[in-house]
Amino acid sequence: MNTAPRTGNAPGRRRRRATANALGLALSALMAFPLYWMLLTAFRPATEIHADPPHFWPDHLTLEHFRRALSTPTFWANVRSSVLIGVGTVLVSLLIGTLAAFALARFSFAGRKALVLIILGVQMIPLAGLIIPVYLLLSDAGLTDSLPGVILTYLVFMLPFTVWLLRGFIAAVPVELEEAAMTDGCTRLGAFRRVVLPLLAPGLVATSIYALVQAWNEYVLAYVLLSSNDKQTLSIWLLSFQTSFGTDYGGLMAGATLTALPVAVFFALVQRRIGAGLATGAVKG
Amino acid sequence: MGSVELPGPPRAVRPPRPARAPRPRRTIRRRALPYLLIAPTVLALAAVLGYPLVDLVMLSFQDMTRRELFSGATPPWAGLAHYRSILSDGFFWTVVGRTALFTVACVAATMVLSLLVALLMRRVSRWVRTVMTGVLVAVWAMPVMVAASIFRWLSDADYGVVNWLLGLLPGLDFSKHNWFENPWQGFAVITGVVVWGAVPFAALTLQAALSQVPAELEEAALVDGARPGQLFRHVTWPVIKPSAVLVTSLCAIWDFGVFNQIWLMRGGQPEKDYYLLGVYSFIESFAVNRYSAGAAIAVLTVLMLLGGAVVYVRQLVHLGAAE
Repeated sequence: MNTAPRTGNAPGRRRRRATANALGLALSALMAFPLYWMLLTAFRPATEIHADPPHFWPDHLTLEHFRRALSTPTFWANVRSSVLIGVGTVLVSLLIGTLAAFALARFSFAGRKALVLIILGVQMIPLAGLIIPVYLLLSDAGLTDSLPGVILTYLVFMLPFTVWLLRGFIAAVPVELEEAAMTDGCTRLGAFRRVVLPLLAPGLVATSIYALVQAWNEYVLAYVLLSSNDKQTLSIWLLSFQTSFGTDYGGLMAGATLTALPVAVFFALVQRRIGAGLATGAVKG
Repeated sequence: MGSVELPGPPRAVRPPRPARAPRPRRTIRRRALPYLLIAPTVLALAAVLGYPLVDLVMLSFQDMTRRELFSGATPPWAGLAHYRSILSDGFFWTVVGRTALFTVACVAATMVLSLLVALLMRRVSRWVRTVMTGVLVAVWAMPVMVAASIFRWLSDADYGVVNWLLGLLPGLDFSKHNWFENPWQGFAVITGVVVWGAVPFAALTLQAALSQVPAELEEAALVDGARPGQLFRHVTWPVIKPSAVLVTSLCAIWDFGVFNQIWLMRGGQPEKDYYLLGVYSFIESFAVNRYSAGAAIAVLTVLMLLGGAVVYVRQLVHLGAAE
């Protein structure tokens, strides 16, 4: 698909296209270099990590850093926490977020505008600013150093965006489809389940990626709320490669690769599907 | 892909149909339904966000120390004492200025780079566009802590590849150069990691907005003799402006509250020269145990953020004006 405006003669156009391609590839290389360097460091032996001048191509590959990272005593416990927190946050925020999003997209009710403003406004509150009172609240409720406490907190910080995003997706589903289903004898719930929900799938996927990535990445709250080593998340685990004796960069990069891997795989898997979902006529209405 | 992370360009949305005077009992149920639907969200927000927010403000007027924290006793009232001492402290204003400068630098770099990438993506061949999208999505997927770790390694004093590359330039000696000795240079690295992490979101969103610019319109302008600069200003920009404003304000809000990148790059013990408002408030609370002073700084930060928030919310409401 050629979206660039067509002007001038063919050779000039081809030259411009070539320049743009070169620039695009150069920028991509610049953006991708840190990732390349992470992988290279993670897979090469310590002697080559500390080579001067640095080698930019892989010579020998090794898994020693990964072995070391995987054998840290709390690694699997930290993976478990990260997964439980991520999945828990996503499930609950989708469940209650969809309800609110449906109300915002389909009903006009008193207080609707206020709710929209609140939902948009609370996204501005920096999480780091609320750590103290959230900590006090959870400690009163006996939820510090527990995964449900963290899930509850993440949930609240992710709900506004979830609701707003899903509201957009629901609003894009033509209300006539639902009405037709209800005319044909569906209840409102039935119409929602049979008509809106299938069309909403891409929106749910998009929203869950957002929430999952946020939960996977978050650091400060988990750091303050979770004190036992085996309950901490991978973000905190990563910091253990930096000690006062110096940083184990091979281990850190291997750990970083392991931490980033699930998110990257998830992104790669769903990316095309979302694109396809958005492109289908039914969703565009 | 980019469009999914954002409310996106305005869609045609039909207003909800007015109720057609059904029977009374159904009306009540119908009226109650939206409130039942929003109840869980509202309750959760009120309990875990609203209450702490009120508590934060209360705390900033009290004097909470370790003793009250552990005994659960009500801390003594301190009135405006914390605010008075913070606002008259030169260091606080230094931190405010530093945070503002950092935010402006990050946002400006992010937006210029993203716009460049987004415009470029329209002009390149299909396969280059695929490569660019792939790289952007891969970078986007990187957790903040991972990104900060990588940049720490890139800028390492002894074996960092950045020092080696700069050493190649004639007349520069960067061997064993410690980037974090001078806070200006340290913040350059931190800006680098923040911008690197923010460009994918901004670029893909702007690219999605750019795809809304009708090609015929651009062609017509070019036929009429518009130069590329004019074309951008009068045809392209008006279409993408709403998205650009949205992304800018969102980035500004995020960058103003940056915490993780600094925390990790300084190994969990940032020097005073590296305090931004988020870090300052956190350290006052949890490292020095002056919870109330930390709360007061947090309250002031939120108030300052309201400026950015107003722009963002107004833009969103404007975009959603169709409903």
